[in-house]
Amino acid sequence: MIAELGLAALWLAAALAGLQLLAGAVGMREGGAALAALVRPAAIVQALLCAIAFGALLLVFARTDLSVALVAKNSHSAKPFIFKLAGAWGNHEGSMLLWVSVMALAGGLIAFLERRLPERTMIATLAAQAFVGLGFYAFLLISSNPFERLPEPAAEGMGLNPLLQDLGLAFHPPTLYFGYVGLSVAFSFAVGALLTRQVTPEFAKVMRPWILGAWIFLTLGITAGSYWAYYELGWGGWWFWDPVENASLMPWLAATALLHSASVLASRDALRAWTIMLGVVAFSMSMIGTFLVRSGILTSVHAFAVDPERGTFILVLLALYIGGALLLFALRASTIAEGERFSVLSREGALVVNNVALSAILGIVLLGTLYPLLTEAFGVRVSVGPPYFNPVGAIFFLPMLVVLAVGPLLRWRRDSFQRITAPVVAIAVVALAVLAGVYFFAGIGLLPLLGMTLAAAVAVASVLPLRGRSLRRLPLPVWGMVIAHFGVAVALFGMAADSAFTRERLVAARVGDTAEVGPWAITLAAVDPVAGPNWTALEARLLASYDGGAVTELAPQARSFWTPPMETSESALRTRWNGQLYTVVGGEAEGGRWQLRLWWKPFVTWIWYGGVLIALGGFLALIGRLSGDLRRRSAQAQIALRRGTALA
Amino acid sequence: MNARLKPKHQRLVLLVIALVILIGAALLAAWALRNQASYFYVPSDIAADPPAPGQAVRLGGMVEEGSLKTRTDGVTVDFVVGDGKARVPVTFAGIVPDLFVEGSGVVAEGSLRPDGTFAATNLLAKHDENYMPRELAEMTEAQKRETISETTE
Repeated sequence: MIAELGLAALWLAAALAGLQLLAGAVGMREGGAALAALVRPAAIVQALLCAIAFGALLLVFARTDLSVALVAKNSHSAKPFIFKLAGAWGNHEGSMLLWVSVMALAGGLIAFLERRLPERTMIATLAAQAFVGLGFYAFLLISSNPFERLPEPAAEGMGLNPLLQDLGLAFHPPTLYFGYVGLSVAFSFAVGALLTRQVTPEFAKVMRPWILGAWIFLTLGITAGSYWAYYELGWGGWWFWDPVENASLMPWLAATALLHSASVLASRDALRAWTIMLGVVAFSMSMIGTFLVRSGILTSVHAFAVDPERGTFILVLLALYIGGALLLFALRASTIAEGERFSVLSREGALVVNNVALSAILGIVLLGTLYPLLTEAFGVRVSVGPPYFNPVGAIFFLPMLVVLAVGPLLRWRRDSFQRITAPVVAIAVVALAVLAGVYFFAGIGLLPLLGMTLAAAVAVASVLPLRGRSLRRLPLPVWGMVIAHFGVAVALFGMAADSAFTRERLVAARVGDTAEVGPWAITLAAVDPVAGPNWTALEARLLASYDGGAVTELAPQARSFWTPPMETSESALRTRWNGQLYTVVGGEAEGGRWQLRLWWKPFVTWIWYGGVLIALGGFLALIGRLSGDLRRRSAQAQIALRRGTALA
Repeated sequence: MNARLKPKHQRLVLLVIALVILIGAALLAAWALRNQASYFYVPSDIAADPPAPGQAVRLGGMVEEGSLKTRTDGVTVDFVVGDGKARVPVTFAGIVPDLFVEGSGVVAEGSLRPDGTFAATNLLAKHDENYMPRELAEMTEAQKRETISETTE
């Protein structure tokens, strides 16, 4: 019953999206005001219906209703409750329903709240949103119905991939989806502005919170995904340039560029066409990301669903939306008037360079991700990994960091070298000191060396915009920028330190043996069998001591799940402020020995601290922007009220 | 010098810089991809036309029965990967994947040593039915046929 209710709500929502599109398309013309008035209510009701549909899915998973095919395939009655719920979106159909629901929710929010843009632009935006939504409704209802019933209820569910039975991972895909959907809203705004030729600073201000929100979610999603891969896969790496990782990185790169160019448009009325273009590119990257992940077209540890039909469907949607948007852009770009001009040496100039560098990195990642597909068409199998991405990406990433350090010191419109000589020299001195220090004392590879140097430079430069300003009266968005840029430095330092100073030991140890890795001495105290709700494991008890200090205990496990049958290794970590000890236990070697893999990873945690700081910066900026909008709105309401009483 | 340029020229300068950077990025990426992509080999490919020693490649095949040996250090394994036509000796130091056993498929990432052995830095074995390296999924089918034809001969 609940499943049917969910399905009905989904069909109704799809019908409303159709109504929203039609009413919007007609309502934009002269004399269509009656129909245009339907658009906002349609968006709001559609959001409610999607919420009902998603609630229904959660409910069937919570009750483990095994007559629903999706539940039988992805859940199990013996699974912990939180993972039953997470199972609702931990699969293809459920995750697409989540996508559609979040998108409808975003559309409903805009329809309910947003009143700043001309009404025609809003109608066009909501129609574009409905157009994008319709494609996903069709995808869900035609090829991936999450509410499909089994002819006979299954006796027991098939379980959830044990790798996915992890709290962090339960919330990882939704986070990314919020990001993708936020970019779809930015895309709709861009299309709406193009259709009505209203590419104004006001439009950028309305679009910006959505970009910021999407960007915060993507940042958090990527950070969390990286940490998950780090501790769950047991390989000790934090970024593998896996296609699915790239699928989340590419929208982030585009969103980062869009965020900065929208800022220029909002405060300086420049970069109009470029901002629209980036809006299209950012959503394209979300779609490509979804396509790569959902079609299973690339070999990947994440590509669980291998289904060419669905891949084709998403590819058609991709071609339709992106091709359509690019065509619209090509037709309308010439009618977008040139914005305000600025000198090359100005804040805008630096942001243009930042945008170009981000686009270059985006292109490099995109080419590297798609190259294996391209060569396979010619019958050649290749895989592209760190030897390509790291150096080629760095060629553009490292110079971009130099611009990141200097850019915020520049004034809008026009500036001179003389004015910023003092801070630039200070930054350069710090960078050179770190470069010399690290070079002479550590003797590390070129990329980590440059990474550390630039991390120091960016760290110093990121707080320089604070000098000479009253910290108490500094606007929140400026705090956001400072913290986010500082986070970049922190993350970069973590990456460089990890790749330069990691120590690794691989030993076969008897109980009682001690192995050393970096400053740690680790003793294998015991190996015991243990059992969990749906797994059994061998657990090693390790006693570790840092530099002869107090002993702490770690318990890495080699786990065997039985629904479905699968082996995983659960790493055990010990975190210090200056790094992490990472331990994995493997199989039994001959002579009663146990394989242990031990890493000492100095400052590796700073990578994720940096990621969190970057997201925090975005969050502060978002709060600052939204509270500014609210203040303006209530001020306007008061003015209107006063006028009203004056008239009466 | 930029301060003296007219605003219109400034815009042009930025546009040219942007184009140069983007085209440069595309060319660089194309060049690097040709050189850095790691190619997939089966043992008979390696016998026919071996990759340069040290070049990163992927080697896929079946772990031969009876070839898997662990050295006395307890963590280094030697085994032979074959495809029915050729055989390549492989060494790997590390914790092997759980489903890595003799007679099953494996994809080894690494490079060829000058002495003709393959030094693997990573082993990918079949994890579960939902995930396996795609080369492996197809190869095991071909391998099954090979094995059947060999044993029936």
